[in-house]
Amino acid sequence: MSESFTKGMARNIYYGGSVFFFLIFLALTFHTVKEMPKRDNRHNITEAVERGKHLWEKNNCIGCHSLIGEGAYFAPELMNVYDRRGGGSEEGFKAFMNGWMNAQPLNIPGRRQMPNFHLNDQEIDDLAEFLKWTSELDANGWPPNIEG
Amino acid sequence: MDTLKYQSQAVAKPYFIFAMILFVGQILFGLIMGLQYVVGDFLGGIIPFNVARMVHTNLLIVWLLFGFMGAAYYLVPEEAETELYSPQLAIILFWIFAAAGVLTILGYLLVPYSTLADITLNHLWPTMGREFLEQPTITKIGIVVVCLGFLFNLGMTILKGRKTAINMVMMTGLIGLAVFFLFAFYNPTNLALDKYFWWFVVHLWVEGVWELIMGAILAYVLIKVTGVDREVIEKWLYVIIAMALISGILGTGHHFYWLMTPEYWQWVGSIFSALEPLPFFAMVLYAFNMVNRRRREHPNKAATLWALGTAVMAFLGAGVWGFLHTLSFVNYYTHGSQITAAHGHMAFYGAYAMIVMTIISYAMPKLRGIGEANCNKAQVIEMWGFWLMTVAMVFITLFLTGAGILQVWLQRLPESGEALSFMATQDKLEIFYWLREIAGVIFLLGLISYLTSFFITDKKAQA
Repeated sequence: MSESFTKGMARNIYYGGSVFFFLIFLALTFHTVKEMPKRDNRHNITEAVERGKHLWEKNNCIGCHSLIGEGAYFAPELMNVYDRRGGGSEEGFKAFMNGWMNAQPLNIPGRRQMPNFHLNDQEIDDLAEFLKWTSELDANGWPPNIEG
Repeated sequence: MDTLKYQSQAVAKPYFIFAMILFVGQILFGLIMGLQYVVGDFLGGIIPFNVARMVHTNLLIVWLLFGFMGAAYYLVPEEAETELYSPQLAIILFWIFAAAGVLTILGYLLVPYSTLADITLNHLWPTMGREFLEQPTITKIGIVVVCLGFLFNLGMTILKGRKTAINMVMMTGLIGLAVFFLFAFYNPTNLALDKYFWWFVVHLWVEGVWELIMGAILAYVLIKVTGVDREVIEKWLYVIIAMALISGILGTGHHFYWLMTPEYWQWVGSIFSALEPLPFFAMVLYAFNMVNRRRREHPNKAATLWALGTAVMAFLGAGVWGFLHTLSFVNYYTHGSQITAAHGHMAFYGAYAMIVMTIISYAMPKLRGIGEANCNKAQVIEMWGFWLMTVAMVFITLFLTGAGILQVWLQRLPESGEALSFMATQDKLEIFYWLREIAGVIFLLGLISYLTSFFITDKKAQA
């Protein structure tokens, strides 16, 4: 590096640049948070959805599945599982969820195993409500297709 | 033999040793998971995949933190030219952190996660069950306490001593680490907000402040092994971390494409994260440049190899493999696929696992009273470890990338109705997963070789 470019100049670029871009980042964050209600359907967050999110976390679902593409890549994406498995109706999805959760573990030799989390009917219903809510989120058109 | 400049640097030793022990655990659980990818029911009832993954990723984070702390305790006193403010505090915090870490991992393994949530009173302040932040709330509080004590100890040391650029950058990185971790305590019911601020921990750590820590450690080791003038090395350090933060802060936007966020993030994130490889490329130029311009032949060849290796592998893993899927129109199809996993593996190994092994390689002979360097035989075995682990990681990354491309082709690109389902796609990727597992076994052999090098002593010298 050229001698006329000193350590002091490099340091000033570091401090000045970081602070400048961090302030822009904060401003964009402020704006994003203000815009979020248009896309997150927060008015549809019922108590059941809230309980469902806690169940989602408490059973570490993200340890195998992804949700809007984030999480583990061992098991299917679940943001849109409501659309994929629900057959277009809430009743259909809840029936699927009830059957699916209670059928675990499937014990098919060699197949990836989902554990049985011993959820009761109310809890499965809450989880289904949470996943129904996530399916209605506007994540800028992601995922590309129904398979997630 | 007394080989330390400041006696209190010795507190780094238990940190480094414990980091290596956790590293072994991380790799063993990685192998379990890798096998579960192809033999789905392997250990199914005993160690479900989600538990193995949590142990694998949490051990990684914790051993890197132990490594960073050890590095700081080692280099800060020497840079500040004074003894550590309180060696006792460093040792007490070591035991607190180690106990909290072991108890948390045992909690993951011995009881169902939901039971762990109940007994740690997660309902009082729910923070668990989010990727990488699975630790019980009480453990998270423990991490904060340990970090505060650690920063206090280092801060007091720097205050009474010389304030070098390396120390200031290291300290800024570590304070940033502690500050951004506080977002782990924010878990709103609204998933949109939850996910947005989750990245304030994850991205601003690994693509932000951790790069400062990496840069500071690399600069320190390069000064030591090359003897190049501090002014030159510190100037490079500032340029590199300036580029890292200028690109990396708004680069956070590449995680906001597919959240409940305005579209402008697709532009902001694409442009700035496309610049994120630059600091890593500069790091490669700088590491090789400094070694070529060396003013001394340091006997620790292994440490120099690690220093060059971490720059190259960080550039490939974080820089090139990050760029592969960072542009929003590419990421639309690759988001959350095996391509993400490929990038994650090489980036973490290249940038962070290797920088910790760089400082360990440099510092351990001194901490153990051996001298400037291990004997030649020990260094050869250590370098075997370097090459086996590094080449194995290149192959792990290539196989996962192959899996990822095929996954995108089969599952993401076709229209609904024509695309293969997730599980059907996974069956098609089997060969890649087997090859990845074989590369993982090679990695383990490399790790064994690396660890063996610590037990090889020069018998002739002792006699």
